[in-house]
Amino acid sequence: MYEQNIMYEQNMDIQRGIRAFVEDIIKPNAEQVDRKEEVSEELMLEIKKSGYLGATISKKYGGLAYNNKDLFILHEEAGKGCSSFRSLLTVHGMVSVAIERWGDEEQKEKYLPLLAKGDLIASFALSEPEAGSDISQIKTKAELSGDQYILNGSKKWTTFGQIADLFLVFVLCNEKPTALLLDRNTDGFQIIPINGLLGARGSMIAELKFEDCKVDKDKMIGRPGMGLSHIALSCLDYGRFFVASSCVGLSQACLEASLDYSKKRKCSGKAIRKHQLIQKKISEMIVNTEASRLLCQKAAYLKDQKDPNSIMATWHAKYFAAKTAVKVASEAVQIHGANGCISSNSVERYYRDAKINEIIEGSNEIHELLISINGYKNY
Amino acid sequence: MTGLQHKERICKFLGRFFNINDVEEDDNFFEKGFVNSLFYMQLLMFIENEFGISVLPDDINSQNFNSIKNIVEFIEKKNNIKAG
Repeated sequence: MYEQNIMYEQNMDIQRGIRAFVEDIIKPNAEQVDRKEEVSEELMLEIKKSGYLGATISKKYGGLAYNNKDLFILHEEAGKGCSSFRSLLTVHGMVSVAIERWGDEEQKEKYLPLLAKGDLIASFALSEPEAGSDISQIKTKAELSGDQYILNGSKKWTTFGQIADLFLVFVLCNEKPTALLLDRNTDGFQIIPINGLLGARGSMIAELKFEDCKVDKDKMIGRPGMGLSHIALSCLDYGRFFVASSCVGLSQACLEASLDYSKKRKCSGKAIRKHQLIQKKISEMIVNTEASRLLCQKAAYLKDQKDPNSIMATWHAKYFAAKTAVKVASEAVQIHGANGCISSNSVERYYRDAKINEIIEGSNEIHELLISINGYKNY
Repeated sequence: MTGLQHKERICKFLGRFFNINDVEEDDNFFEKGFVNSLFYMQLLMFIENEFGISVLPDDINSQNFNSIKNIVEFIEKKNNIKAG
């Protein structure tokens, strides 16, 4: 396969392992996860056992210490199998990254081994009912009282908020954006499930409410004022990369389903793959999926080099890969005709899942703003 | 590497975001509105990668990274700590 030309041998080994896990465990459950809007306890146990929840975490803390090329592979394969599984890896990974990058040694030793094993599931609580794309509008407040912060406010669209044990919550403390770790069992903390999501329906999203929640002072990550500019943005950079990578997998799944179906389905006395309009669709699906993959691999390479250009490369990759996933999923449904419009066919789910990626981790429009602003400076 | 060499490399990097001739050595380029929120992340990655130092949470304050002069001083301070 063409991927072999640009991947190192160790990445191929990692890919084989992840692919087998996704094929054997994740994919057979994907339809049920979507229908029931949840990841079952049994499936969660398998995910924990796989070790992939520790993909971003250093070996020192029991993680897999994947580099970004490996993380790309993990999220591509995850996206190919089940978007909700990918959501879990994304938010859990984002919180793990925040603690390892900005936490103190005590916090790292306390949380990272538990996160690596999946003994704690983490969730990233940033968006609020009135603060989405413009994260500077968050209103949840924390007031310092003795050795504790008192939290009041709410969060919305918190992925895996329904079952997470640990929440990285972004608050304003004396008007300074600050990141705090909040335990699920904190008094005054309420989790309200949100159902009926269009896609990635098993992401178990929730609204969170804080009413005089007490959080010990030592649960702050970094320092007051760093919450958005350093912690949230560096987490979102990873989240954006993971979402982009999973879009490649989603596009690949649509492509493979379409290749398979178009070989079998006959119309006007011949397999539809023999019809030129189908061939045109397949060609565009192949080339656009490959282009997404290359943009993600470029971002991964630059991230591994710790190159500042990796940040814009990630924006480029996510923008293109999300748009491509929607386009490719739409064509996959079109190729499948009526058979693609029913929930028993995976392409129906892919189509709904794809759209979510144009909104999360920066909408298409926010990407267009930032990429163009950057373009006027750098091109 | 000398402070002058540090400055040259920092200016080259900053030149990708705004016209370096528009700022004096101690001008606060955040206050001048030359940069957006992503710039900070790019700047930290550049400093860590280019000068082989780790920026720790305690290093994060508006003073260390808001002007060419302060960035040079920060890098020299970190290098001195590293050298013992």
